[in-house]
Amino acid sequence: MDRAKFPARQLPRSPPGRDSDDLGSFLKRASPAEILAGISDACLKDAEKSSPWTLTPPGPALRFCHLITKLMTPATRGFREMKSVVVRFAGDSGDGMQIVGERFTDTSVTVPNAIATFPDYPAEIRAPIGTIAGVSAFQVHFGSQTVLTPGDEPDALVAMNPAALAVHLYDLVEGGLLIVNSAAFTPDNLAMAGFATNPLDDTALTKKYDVLPLDITGLAVESLKDSPLTMKEKLRTKNFFALGFTYWVYGRPLEPTINYINAKWAAKLPDVADANIRVLKAGYFLGETTETTRNRYMVARAEVDPGTYRKISGNDAIALGLIAGAKKAGRDLLFSGYPITPASSILEALAGFKHFGIKTVQAEDEIAAIGVAIGASFAGQIGVTGTSGPGMCLKSEFIGLAVSTELPLVIVNVQRGGPSTGLPTKTEQSDLLQALNGRHGESPLPVVAANSPSDCFRAAFEAVRIALEYSTPVILLSDGYLANGSEPWKIPDDASLPEISKPFAELGQPYIPFARDLETLARTQAIPGQAGLEHRLGGLEKNEKGSISYDSDNHAEMTRLRAAKVEAVAKSIPPLNITGERSGKLLVLGWGGTHGAITSAVSTLRAEGFDVSSTNLRYLNPLPSDLGDLLKGFEKVLIPELNSGQLSVIIRAKFLVDAISMTKIMGRPFKVSELRERILQLLND
Amino acid sequence: MATEIENVPAVPALTRKDFVTPNDVRWCPGCGDYAILNSLQRALPELGVPRENFVIISGIGCSSRFPYYMQTYGFHTIHGRAPTVATGVKVANPDLSVWIVTGDGDGLSIGGNHLLHLLRRNLNVTILLFNNRIYGLTKGQYSPTSPVGTRTKTTPGGSVDHPINPLLFALGAEATFIARTIDNNPKHMVETFKAAHEHQGVSFVEIFQNCVIFNDSTWDPVYAKENRDDQMLFLEAGKPLLFGKNKEKGIRLNGLMPEVVDASAPDLLTHQPDHPSPLYSQMLACMGLPDFPTPVGVIRKIERPTYESLIHNQVEDAKAKKGTGTWRELLHGSSTWTVE
Repeated sequence: MDRAKFPARQLPRSPPGRDSDDLGSFLKRASPAEILAGISDACLKDAEKSSPWTLTPPGPALRFCHLITKLMTPATRGFREMKSVVVRFAGDSGDGMQIVGERFTDTSVTVPNAIATFPDYPAEIRAPIGTIAGVSAFQVHFGSQTVLTPGDEPDALVAMNPAALAVHLYDLVEGGLLIVNSAAFTPDNLAMAGFATNPLDDTALTKKYDVLPLDITGLAVESLKDSPLTMKEKLRTKNFFALGFTYWVYGRPLEPTINYINAKWAAKLPDVADANIRVLKAGYFLGETTETTRNRYMVARAEVDPGTYRKISGNDAIALGLIAGAKKAGRDLLFSGYPITPASSILEALAGFKHFGIKTVQAEDEIAAIGVAIGASFAGQIGVTGTSGPGMCLKSEFIGLAVSTELPLVIVNVQRGGPSTGLPTKTEQSDLLQALNGRHGESPLPVVAANSPSDCFRAAFEAVRIALEYSTPVILLSDGYLANGSEPWKIPDDASLPEISKPFAELGQPYIPFARDLETLARTQAIPGQAGLEHRLGGLEKNEKGSISYDSDNHAEMTRLRAAKVEAVAKSIPPLNITGERSGKLLVLGWGGTHGAITSAVSTLRAEGFDVSSTNLRYLNPLPSDLGDLLKGFEKVLIPELNSGQLSVIIRAKFLVDAISMTKIMGRPFKVSELRERILQLLND
Repeated sequence: MATEIENVPAVPALTRKDFVTPNDVRWCPGCGDYAILNSLQRALPELGVPRENFVIISGIGCSSRFPYYMQTYGFHTIHGRAPTVATGVKVANPDLSVWIVTGDGDGLSIGGNHLLHLLRRNLNVTILLFNNRIYGLTKGQYSPTSPVGTRTKTTPGGSVDHPINPLLFALGAEATFIARTIDNNPKHMVETFKAAHEHQGVSFVEIFQNCVIFNDSTWDPVYAKENRDDQMLFLEAGKPLLFGKNKEKGIRLNGLMPEVVDASAPDLLTHQPDHPSPLYSQMLACMGLPDFPTPVGVIRKIERPTYESLIHNQVEDAKAKKGTGTWRELLHGSSTWTVE
């Protein structure tokens, strides 16, 4: 991207958007002090009255002048009703955009709205301030109906500096609301973002978007002029100003955020709590007082299933699913990991569950991490390790050992862009073939995939179930998009979760290490401490009795049995869940994290009368036994994947179906619109 | 674990035979591993641990076939990684007596990283490192403990890499128990294994082991009958450092260096394996041919909390502080909302 050419290339000369208004130019012209200077009591009361939520009146520093209200065009007071809205907060990685996004999310779930979020942050922890590399963003999609993805293009963009504008403006819908922190548009910052001239001075920008430049920095500092905080501390509150203003635009309550601020700071740093609350309210009141020409958007309460909900991210859901699985199996859980983006937060989450008897080990490397987990499984617990692609490569020799010794084990791969270090903070589905085949020798194992942040719970539970019931390592595939994204989760009743039954070998009976259950073909474990069942496991090929065997026929038979055991898992998996019909013109077949985007596109098209159906594969190995028949029922099969077509290779090879592959390898999820477009193309062919 | 009630054996008395498997032992005739196997089978019954609580874990190499020959729980894992599996086993069940059997290639080359971390964590397990200074199972390539100049198929001009001193390696990782024994002295091996087991913490035991096929007689300059009196120094806690056929020579410090003196000389060093300073242990670890006798026995033994007990304590502390976790707490977390 050549940022220097940006204004000319990006901004159309035609004026499709709204005209800029007096407020915009006033806010640009006036100093923060002028803007915040003494508001009359009448104005204050007016502000309170118009607010849909109860607010404490602002202090004297927050009084807005009549001057501003006079400059406004007459108030509309109304909200424009929207089915769903996508807001993206973008700023420097030190600007607190993730915090603001999280707050906006937590507030919106209480409305309640249907919601999905996606953080987008750089791999560098603190890239130089103001640079393109340092831009961090958080997108929230909230709606009054089902929301299955964090949204394609934002309807509103909050850009805290020029670099954030440069990176994210491309995505903003035409006519979208663009709130910028004009204070950050200094010559230095503009240069770092690659702007030759200030884009805020370009009328093309204001014509294309609903631009609102606010001196967010100045307003935040000014509203804290009586605060004892240092200037540096005051500057740090500016994200809450932006948040407060955004709350006003979307008519969100302030209470959840105020409660959050108080819980976080009130006890230890009361001045910080006070300042953040004041700045948050200042942002809201700025909107309240200057609302007149702004459109406000109201997203009605969503029709949500009754129940108790919590917000959950993919990695947190994996942690809970693993614990739940272990509890239902009556086994202790030992999780061993090595820090790697985007999987580390699973280890972090589990380390906080020690009072559940969970033991965690931060191992010296990826190889050690899986070795520790295998050791725990050998000792009778359920060993789990988690990583991302590069770590999977390191673990693969040990996975072979777990296949050979037929020990229960769960290996979580939170996929990211590859190969090699690749795109550590971006998402991809490019480890599917690795999961299925990336080992030496004939070493099949079950592979399951999660399809949404909250679904990570079920997927992890299922991985534990299969690992134990089939005495096998299981790979659980998630991805960066699911791991970091979050959504409301209707909390299940623990009684509704199935029991996992896999007893150890009985004492007093002769122990045959590789004797198998007739149905599952699983072997039964005897564990250290069980007297009389002493035996040796190892990577050398064994016969049924557990003795080393180099016999050709035995090797052929053991290889066949290990594969048959994995195939037997198919008998324990439910029928495919289909959006639409079991036959028709087009089936969209997806797996993993593309579920939300595919289902959104297909549901919408079906509502418009198109003959298209979709399904999502939870089980990649073995494939569900009803998949073959389903594929036969459709004229065309489209397989969208965030890789170069890995599932389509499998489907073509296994079912001889002329599947059409749709691929995207940009480190980002599918947009609903691009899926829609491709589906329509195929339906019209 | 020994019972607290005296004179009542915790388990039926075990004998060497209880630890012998019916499997054919497949090491080369004359291999030093036979003597080590025999010594461990003699040592284990004397430890007061039920047989089912022993777990022997190995990596890959000649020595790593060891678990198959012990009638205990055993795990023959992958090359260099036995310490990781042992960590999982011991953390999962701290009551088990876990033994890692490894070699110079398995433990110090491909598995050097894991060994380092196992040692510094002070996991309460015993590591038996069979050092024959050669890769045997792959038919005779030089190993990380081979002296410079070792000629093998991969080093026809002689090896150029400086070897690892296993004891110094263990000391560098701050192992809490470091010992050395030799495959031609079963009595010393049994004693050393028992001392290693008794130590609460990680126990690292280097065993001079002869590879009869690819590196025969590699330790003869130290332990052959004609050399051993002058070239080995048997360490005993609290006793002066004496050696020679009639214990006529001793070791004392001259500045920061040891020197060999007559046993009657003043200021002979007394063996203090529990001395907190690593300097003394380092001096012993570095002693050897050609200027000094090679120390055998327990070089260092200090106390530090074990890794698995610290993990276990954190779990128990968390339960005491927060109460044992419930389904409701697990699933609900800290913040929920209800839709009517």
